[in-house]
Amino acid sequence: MAASSGEPVLFFSSIRMTDRPIVGGKGASLGELTQAGIPVPPGFVVTTAAFRSFIHGLDPAGAIEREVAGLDPDDLVKLSETTARIRERIEAFPLPADLHGAVTAAYRELDAGSGAAVAVRSSATMEDSAEASFAGTQETFLWVLGEQAVIHYLRACWASLYSAESVVYRRRAGLPEAGLAMGVVVQRMVDALSSGVMFTRSPTTGDRSVIAVEGSWGLGSCVVSGEVTPDKFVVNKVTGEVVQRTVSRKEIEHVADFTAGGVRVTPVPADRREVPCIDPAMLNALVALGRRIEAHYGTPQDIEWAVGRETSEIFILQSRPETVWWSREQAVSTGPAAKPFDHVFAHFGGKP
Amino acid sequence: MSKRKAFPLPSEIRDLPGAEGWEEMYPYFTRFGPEDDNRFWFYNAMHFPEPMPPFDVLTAEVPYTSLGAFTTRVFAFPTTLGVDHRIVNGRIYITANPVTDPAEIARRLEIFQQRAGHYYQNWTELYGQWKKRMEDLIAELEAIKVPTLPEFDDIEVVTEARGIGQNHYVREAFNRCIEGFSKMWHYHFEFLMLGYGAYLVFFDFCKKAFPEIADQTVARMVSGIDVLMFRPDEELKRLARLAVELGVDGVFADGRSPRQVLDAMAQAGNAGSRWLAELEKSRDPWFHMSTGDGFYHHHRSWNDDLSVPFSALPHYIQQLKLGHSIDRPKAALKAEQDRIIAEYRGLLGSDADRAAFDQMLGLVHLVFPFVEDHKFYCEHWYTSLFFDKIREFGALLTRNDVLGDSEDIFYLHHTEAGQALVDVMLAWAAGAPSRGGKHWKPIVKRRKQVLERLKDWTPPAALGPIPDHIGDPALQMLWGITSETLQNWSKTPDEVDENELQGFAASPGVVEGTARVLTNVNDIHMIQDGEILVCPVTAPSWGPVFGKIRAAVSDIGGTMSHAAIVAREYGMPAVVGTGQATKRIRTGQRLRVDGDRGVVTILG
Repeated sequence: MAASSGEPVLFFSSIRMTDRPIVGGKGASLGELTQAGIPVPPGFVVTTAAFRSFIHGLDPAGAIEREVAGLDPDDLVKLSETTARIRERIEAFPLPADLHGAVTAAYRELDAGSGAAVAVRSSATMEDSAEASFAGTQETFLWVLGEQAVIHYLRACWASLYSAESVVYRRRAGLPEAGLAMGVVVQRMVDALSSGVMFTRSPTTGDRSVIAVEGSWGLGSCVVSGEVTPDKFVVNKVTGEVVQRTVSRKEIEHVADFTAGGVRVTPVPADRREVPCIDPAMLNALVALGRRIEAHYGTPQDIEWAVGRETSEIFILQSRPETVWWSREQAVSTGPAAKPFDHVFAHFGGKP
Repeated sequence: MSKRKAFPLPSEIRDLPGAEGWEEMYPYFTRFGPEDDNRFWFYNAMHFPEPMPPFDVLTAEVPYTSLGAFTTRVFAFPTTLGVDHRIVNGRIYITANPVTDPAEIARRLEIFQQRAGHYYQNWTELYGQWKKRMEDLIAELEAIKVPTLPEFDDIEVVTEARGIGQNHYVREAFNRCIEGFSKMWHYHFEFLMLGYGAYLVFFDFCKKAFPEIADQTVARMVSGIDVLMFRPDEELKRLARLAVELGVDGVFADGRSPRQVLDAMAQAGNAGSRWLAELEKSRDPWFHMSTGDGFYHHHRSWNDDLSVPFSALPHYIQQLKLGHSIDRPKAALKAEQDRIIAEYRGLLGSDADRAAFDQMLGLVHLVFPFVEDHKFYCEHWYTSLFFDKIREFGALLTRNDVLGDSEDIFYLHHTEAGQALVDVMLAWAAGAPSRGGKHWKPIVKRRKQVLERLKDWTPPAALGPIPDHIGDPALQMLWGITSETLQNWSKTPDEVDENELQGFAASPGVVEGTARVLTNVNDIHMIQDGEILVCPVTAPSWGPVFGKIRAAVSDIGGTMSHAAIVAREYGMPAVVGTGQATKRIRTGQRLRVDGDRGVVTILG
């Protein structure tokens, strides 16, 4: 079911990939996965329509748009001053009452009155390759507790569109300011025993017959940020064989601050440091999920995952198409030959 | 070609004290000369893991005569000629002669396309003819009668006016054995290199499409399910089932020798007789299974030593009594192979690649029945009968006091054996004693000592300058030798972990367990349930114990070796081609066998 474009808030369960223009790439993917039956922690997206209505309230005459469009990417002093001022205004401006109501109602529905922690993450509407280099629009706030904090970090995500890096990028790339928008994902947090990423092809050779899983203790942010050397497993998709298994020394982990919210960096207790962060059953389950997601999209995926602390249940937090090897994909043969044994002649230098 | 020196030159190899003069055991053309220092040689440990008894060099001389005949002269393989071999300190080193000149490659390719094309095009029909020819050749060998040289010749020489005295047939029979052996090896290579060529093309395609695919996974897509090499083991299972059905399974009490089993069976009435009759059916041809790979006279066949096949029977009987199936789950194996093929096929990037994959794999499946089954006909069936026939000549020489024991004939080169037989022919004719005893007996004694001494030598993996690039398809096809292999070989000892052995990952999985090092297949009965088998060669005759062991490790062998295939079927980790497992591991040590990475770790 496609979402209607005017809604300020859409739950994952009503979002499809085609809704990308109104929910951003991350939100669209999470909706698509949810509807495909993949275990994704529940959540909703504050849509681009919500963003536009907020900016309209803040700046009905479009002065910000014009001001940013006129910035010189080489005049960093002025650009930094201007964008800092715009971000402050965004972060301080109250949401229109209807929008505020919609977001808090969605949050209450999500947390079911339990005060559950959520992640608040920006969801850009750019193409993936551009998104990857679009510094500053990748804001992610973890373990956000309560309505006020949700609203606060929602605006922080929006504000990140006006980070100096983002604006320099847009100005240099000559991208228009008109129509600029972003979605913001609000998703229930998994109190992760361990988490990480997986690629449904080899990150080192592009081989599509293997899945590479990397993971570490605690929340996935320390794997993504590169603060730990994760455990690494390479599994053959077809035979299920674990072809590589490297258990690293994992010095630190990111864990939730259960009272104040946010994430704390703590040392991993000595007795867990060199213990694999997932067991063989979890690895199998991850590989199975990776294959399902890849089959659903029809292309190799780059996936974030977490294992719940209490239940050992596996959740998928994000999936996007793998882009590095995809762009280098090439044929491995010259196709069928007139006779099968012509391949042998071709091998020895003959014409196929 | 720039030359890095990482291996000794042939001229730098010194004699072992106590083994001086080893050269006299082998023909002049096997000796290294000064010009050989400029070429790269590697030790053919896969086929010749032990010092060569002089007679046994026939198993190098003849195969290299026939291999090269087909690659160089018959089919004109475009990029490779034949293989040269040399012997130093009793070990066989080889090198391949590649063709590198593009114009020459193109010229040969044209001939190759016509000739190889004929074989590929008519493969199934030609292979049918091959089997018939091979069976005829085996029948010819069996029909060869070794003269007994009685005091007076047979009366029929007179009554049928045959006109030829029996001593003539000593030479004729011996020559026919050697000639038959040579023909057998020509038949062996008639199809083999074409078969490997098709395999190599598919293998390279898989490696290009799936850079991380394991050799063993390619092997799983290619291997036949119903291959002859499984048949001897199938026969054992049949005999185990029959023993249970007939109620004579009690005869296989622990610790009984084959002789005791046969005697007990003979006394077990009708049922025992029926079982013995079925045993005889199995023995010919299925027990003509060498305990090695068909390259040494002392690798006896199951028929020669029933303790090897009989050691597996109690285990199979026990499984049956527990109600377990001992059948190979062929349908499931086939279904799993089909699944693996379909999944890899599905992972390819385009329909054009899928079409090429189908053609290449189709060709491999066409040629593989030969690649897999020829070994039973050639290295097992024919070779086992051949060595037994040579033993009969050994017995003749012993009866005539030229040798002290019929096995001693294997300490003579076949041309020397021919000479010794002439001595016997003359002596019989002259009515005088043979002269060979004084000549040969001391030589045989000395050679036995030299060969024993040569066992202590650790042959370098290779000799001579390392070429920058090794791309010879024959080396890759037969020995798995690539530039990468050479890099690993040339590692200095301090780069190598003392407690780790690197080999080929032949069958996946990781297990730990206790080592049982067996250097002789005749000790096969010593293996206890749950041990890790460590053996020199992964020959098919080890097959029957695979139900007992937890993992297999070998000095020699590749991912297509029989043991690798069997291990994959049993779902048991195997690491093959470690080079020196039987030397570095001792029975009782704890091992970790990592069949995913091809690593064996000695835990202590």
